[in-house]
Amino acid sequence: MSESASLGAHPGGRALRPGSGPAGRPAPRTRARADRATRTRKLGVRTVALGYLALLLVAPVAMIFYRTFEHGLAPVWDAVSAPNAVHAFWLSIEIVAIAVPLNTAFGVGMALLLERGRFRGKALLGMLIDLPFAISPVVVGLALVLVYGKTGWFGNWLAGHGIQIIFSVPGMVIATAVVSLPFVARETAPVLRELGTDAEQAAATLGAGPWQTFWRVTLPAIRWGVVYGVVLTTARALGEFGAVSIVSGRIEGQTQTLPLYVQDRFENFDITGAYASAVVLALLALGTLVAMNLLTRRTRSRTAV
Amino acid sequence: MAIEVHNVSKRFGEFVALDDVCIRVNDGALTALLGPSGSGKSTLLRIIAGLETPDSGEVQIGEELVTDAPARTRDVGFVFQHYAPFKHMTVHDNVGFGLTVRRRPRAEIRARVAELLGLVRLEGLADRYPSQLSGGQLQRMALARALAVQPRVLLLDEPFGALDAQVRAELREWLRRLHEEIHVTTIFVTHDQEEAMEVAEQIVVMNRGRIEQAGTPRELYESPRNEFVMSFIGPVNRLGEASFLRPHDIQILPSAEGGQGTEALIERVVHLGFEVRVELKLGDGRDVWAQVTRETAAELELHEGQILAVRLPAPRVFAA
Repeated sequence: MSESASLGAHPGGRALRPGSGPAGRPAPRTRARADRATRTRKLGVRTVALGYLALLLVAPVAMIFYRTFEHGLAPVWDAVSAPNAVHAFWLSIEIVAIAVPLNTAFGVGMALLLERGRFRGKALLGMLIDLPFAISPVVVGLALVLVYGKTGWFGNWLAGHGIQIIFSVPGMVIATAVVSLPFVARETAPVLRELGTDAEQAAATLGAGPWQTFWRVTLPAIRWGVVYGVVLTTARALGEFGAVSIVSGRIEGQTQTLPLYVQDRFENFDITGAYASAVVLALLALGTLVAMNLLTRRTRSRTAV
Repeated sequence: MAIEVHNVSKRFGEFVALDDVCIRVNDGALTALLGPSGSGKSTLLRIIAGLETPDSGEVQIGEELVTDAPARTRDVGFVFQHYAPFKHMTVHDNVGFGLTVRRRPRAEIRARVAELLGLVRLEGLADRYPSQLSGGQLQRMALARALAVQPRVLLLDEPFGALDAQVRAELREWLRRLHEEIHVTTIFVTHDQEEAMEVAEQIVVMNRGRIEQAGTPRELYESPRNEFVMSFIGPVNRLGEASFLRPHDIQILPSAEGGQGTEALIERVVHLGFEVRVELKLGDGRDVWAQVTRETAAELELHEGQILAVRLPAPRVFAA
């Protein structure tokens, strides 16, 4: 339609005859030029975006991998199988395994409260949840020491009951939970809002109780928001340095997580050890991302949502 | 199961959604709540279902006072305006949901779902997901889901609102027949008077949170209690402050009887199939329209610009 119109508009242009190729005609040539311009622009945007990523992200990470395996696998294996490295690895996993489920339950609960609840001070609660994003992790660490440390508010009482939080694993779990607190709630809340309450009300009229409605209707509908929040939380928790660094006391082989161990090796001029454990850390994070991607893709194609 | 609503009021902030409303729906009846948007009809339906709590008043289903009972214990089937499908479940699981949460045996659920899908003519679509259904199919799935638990009453909120005209007409007819088949007490909300007249046995006309009138479609049409009901149900000409005339009551006279009527000028003739709409300007300057049949229009050779005589019966006048 538009083709014949533009042909007709051209002086001397004849009505489009079947079989007459559009090649060489003015209108298609203009369109081709426009296409080329769009293509060039798209290519430009892509180049800039990819270049930026390459410079900031891919090159450094690639460098670490390169440096790590520069002298083959044997030194790397020795470095990552050192007792302190192994301990740091399992400690990181342990902390993530406690902090992430805690934050997931808390985050989903908070999102429900913020999106479904009716109460005063909701806006304030929303701001409070975001606070860990705004405060530097170092400050979080210091604040935790002030509250739970030996000279802190609860410190004496806790010590009296034989509970040590600061310079031990519980404190590190708390610090990790605090800095990764907002992710699940922030990823889940918009999905809940988008979902609306119709389906939940329908479930209620069909006789479902609040728990049944949550497990069978609400949670399946918001699962991608939750999964994404969990992945972000996991990545953040794995990589946490500042708050954990202060709260842990960085006791070798006792309260050293992987990021702390990397820093420790680096400061002690054990470059291979630092790089090798950094690679382990990076692979853990990468594994989380890939796992999510696979999970999402498989389930999505199955339910065709 | 009969439904009774006694003196129910509901406010949303400053807005009065329902103001001292009383209705009674007989066991097995098919009733329409009809009114413009904001008239409180949906709020009333949601209060009956337990999805909204009234500020005052009582709701009774059968012999049971349910005012304070949560929605899930009321045993009502509710069909939402946008169907509220469970998108992550198949049609089968959607329809079977009410039975699943009641922990019925799987074989029983399967049998009941198959029966219902037959009833709503969705056989063969059990394994589809809601995203793969059309609007009309979703509507029927939502209905099957609501009926699966054998509710005491069936409530539908603007059941045909989101469908296109043809599907709508089809589903109206079908809902009527379905009701004849299963005879569950049914209330549906609509803003479409034609839909209410066509489907319902009883209509409750609502306006600004109050009941204007309740009765059979015929009662409402023939003896409207007030201005609002008269102008909301059926076409109407407004002649003065509160005096109304139905367009089909205006008689266009053949030229031979011209001397006996009021003079009028035809401004426009609109052919709507069987019905022809004639827009007239009366001698005193008032605009009215008359509804005549195709045959009459042809016989009298009605056309724009024609001057002729019409007979106006006494209008219906309401006390202000």
